Amino acid sequence: MMDQLPALQVMLPMVAAPLIVIIRHPFWSWLIATLISVCACWVSWLMLQQVVDGSIIRYAIGGWEAPTGIEFYVDRANAGVALLVSGLSSVVLVYAYHSIKRTVDTSKHYLFYAGWLLCLTGLIGMVITGDAFNVFVFLEISSLSTYMLIAFGSDRQALVASFRYLVMGSVGASFILIGIGFLYAATGTLNMVDLAARIPDTESPRAVLVAFSFLTVGLMIKAAVFPLHGWLLNAYHHAPIAVTAFLAGTATKVSLYILVRMFFSIFGDEYSFGYLLLNWVLLPSAIAAFVTMSLVAIYQTDLRRMLAYSSVAQIGYILAGISLATQQGLTAAVVHMFNHGMVKATLFMAVGCVLYRAGHAHIPSLERMMSRMPFTTTAFILSGLGLIGVPLTVGFVSKFTLINALMEKGWWPAVVMILASSVMATAYIGRVVYLMLFREARESSASGEGYQEVPLLMLVPMYALLALGLYFGLFGSQTLGIASGAAESLLGGYQ
Amino acid sequence: MKIYARQRHRVLQVITRLLVPFVLIFGLYVQFHGDYGPGGGFQAGVIFASAFILYGLIFGLQRTRRVLPPSVLRWLMSLGVLIYAGTGVLTMLLGGNLLDYDVLAHDPLHGQHWGIFAVELGVGVTVTAVMVSLFYGFASKR
Repeated sequence: MMDQLPALQVMLPMVAAPLIVIIRHPFWSWLIATLISVCACWVSWLMLQQVVDGSIIRYAIGGWEAPTGIEFYVDRANAGVALLVSGLSSVVLVYAYHSIKRTVDTSKHYLFYAGWLLCLTGLIGMVITGDAFNVFVFLEISSLSTYMLIAFGSDRQALVASFRYLVMGSVGASFILIGIGFLYAATGTLNMVDLAARIPDTESPRAVLVAFSFLTVGLMIKAAVFPLHGWLLNAYHHAPIAVTAFLAGTATKVSLYILVRMFFSIFGDEYSFGYLLLNWVLLPSAIAAFVTMSLVAIYQTDLRRMLAYSSVAQIGYILAGISLATQQGLTAAVVHMFNHGMVKATLFMAVGCVLYRAGHAHIPSLERMMSRMPFTTTAFILSGLGLIGVPLTVGFVSKFTLINALMEKGWWPAVVMILASSVMATAYIGRVVYLMLFREARESSASGEGYQEVPLLMLVPMYALLALGLYFGLFGSQTLGIASGAAESLLGGYQ
Repeated sequence: MKIYARQRHRVLQVITRLLVPFVLIFGLYVQFHGDYGPGGGFQAGVIFASAFILYGLIFGLQRTRRVLPPSVLRWLMSLGVLIYAGTGVLTMLLGGNLLDYDVLAHDPLHGQHWGIFAVELGVGVTVTAVMVSLFYGFASKR
């Protein structure tokens, strides 16, 4: 059974999704989705245990060996990402029960949870597949179900947000497909390991170059890298909050992982960063992301939108780590993927709790939340500190690593910019915290009832994730160890 | 445009009644001969669905819905995926890798044959159901 883990990882949610559609029961569909997601999480944990020492699982689908057939390729880098995706999905699904019951029509719950599982299938498939075309197939599975999940949002603007994401996402996916097509034309193979071996001595370097450009831009759209992030803001704002929490932690991270995999493993870092000088594209866009987006986030009046801007900024940090193309830079990027995934999911879950009781997330009306919803507010503040990067939190671990990596390379201006954007993060989180803790409530909203704490089923997963975040903040060496192993695997290329 | 009228279009109605069984049979042929000749689940599914769509164009949406209700379609859509995925799970239970058809029968050749057969059946069922529900979706918009 242990050697079937990669297949189980994808098949569990894939089989459960149509089952849910057949059963069509709101409660059972939630229960099945949650249990399956927890099983998938357990499977990816087992998988990580198998590869954490640097070994590699290559799973031939249908028994056809790699260059001919399709394979799952699991090493330290993607087992960790798979664990992040399935773990966040499990936690947020537990949380989602009440929040979805309130905002989504009961007759559509089964579609919602089936869509969620398909999204999980797609994301995990993208991460663990070793076949370039399968990346596209799983990307489509996850994207199509994501459009559906976003459209479940309670206001009508969710449809517009979903459609905008559909247009942008389809452009991105087409670019990726075109890129893969050129790669296939130039090398005659779709297997990633085989591609990495054949690209250096291809007869048509121009086709490879075109493929590289298309893949880069396509994946940058899907990962919401700074100038191409337009779809993300509305999508995160109007989607059901549980979906936002799940996507914010996973979807863009998976695309970033594919981007890294492509830069370092398929094309090789000499090609990507030596020959193409990619860091002069990535670093400016990263810096622009975390400076401008943090600045814009300060002026937002909706909590969800503020966090969405902050997400784009945080993607900038990850991209800065990638653009260094060093062991330490990549470690920082990988560890920040995890840390930011956890922190942002917790924050969005806290916002979801506010939405559940207050019905809105309008920042100026959030005064005195501490006395109304103490547990939610505490979770928001603690994970907000993690987002800023206060020492002893996860944000500090990843920012410290990133700044170290930048200094190692001597990119001082970038270091200054990171510190500046951290100050801005303090401003936008601090503003909300100030309102929640100290500002006196206005007369109109003071008597508002229905401001008790949210149900336990929402608090427990939020606090579990928060505790995990605090733990990894105190004992950062554990995640850093795994991340540096992942970076090593990525930089080492395919064996 | 009114797409149904009981008394008019008599010629179209008669021709459609004649045509539909042949389209269905041809769909089944493409489905089950797909592992020997050109064909397979996708093409067969579309051909099979086109029979229902033709029927719907001539006899109207309501009568087609009585033949193939949307609730059944939703069921069939999932069933097709389950047949495909179930084949994969079965091969794993029998000790092979995912979708390794060799283990499905006493010898690998028959195993491959049965595996392809089951998987293509799943594809055909789902494609038929999706095509017809796309037609329902567009045709019921006013």
